[in-house]
Amino acid sequence: MINVLFFAQVRELIGTAGVKVEAGENTQTAEGLRATLAATDDKWAKVLASDKLLVAVNQTISQWDTPIVDGDEVAFFPPVTGG
Amino acid sequence: MIRVQTQDFNVPEEYHLISQDNSDGAVVTFVGKVRDFNDGSAVTDLTLEHYPGMTEAVLNQIEAEARERWPLNNVTIIHRVGAMALGEQIVFIGVTSAHRKAAFAACEFLIDFLKTKAPFWKLEAGDKGSNWVEARDADEQAAKMWDK
Repeated sequence: MINVLFFAQVRELIGTAGVKVEAGENTQTAEGLRATLAATDDKWAKVLASDKLLVAVNQTISQWDTPIVDGDEVAFFPPVTGG
Repeated sequence: MIRVQTQDFNVPEEYHLISQDNSDGAVVTFVGKVRDFNDGSAVTDLTLEHYPGMTEAVLNQIEAEARERWPLNNVTIIHRVGAMALGEQIVFIGVTSAHRKAAFAACEFLIDFLKTKAPFWKLEAGDKGSNWVEARDADEQAAKMWDK
């Protein structure tokens, strides 16, 4: 399973803090996982299509072609605004 | 030292903790606070969300990067999460070094990088409802200035 997390307005708009996704052929990259999640719901598709969306794989900011394997933690969130 | 916490911090206490070494001639501290406006709108309070685990890892990484660039002795980064009222303290950065230039530069580097790399998000409440704070290009530019 891939542990997917959402933060800030991404979490708020999607309506959940996270989901578990079965690892498969379509989830082998961050982009693949994003597309798989987007296909499940119109609202999710809209939120996950944002060109400002960031992805972290195992708690490290990553690129969209970063490989994803079973057991990974993948987080989607907007640009950070702390400090 | 890195701390992510809901409770407030005490600046004199933090200053005392990092300023004990007499080989340090410079102690630079920065405190970020909740201010009463943003983009021309009134702000009444703020909620900070973060990504537990990743936040601490990124802050440790930023501290390590600062230590590679300047000869630093003590470094403290405290960032609060949760609900905060107007005027409350959000973030503390304290840096000590033999000389002031390294301490000033490292403190500024740490806040610039923290603002653009650490997974914190601000939700502001004000007279126009609640809004997630948009990332600012100016913050990104400030962080880019440190590129070698």
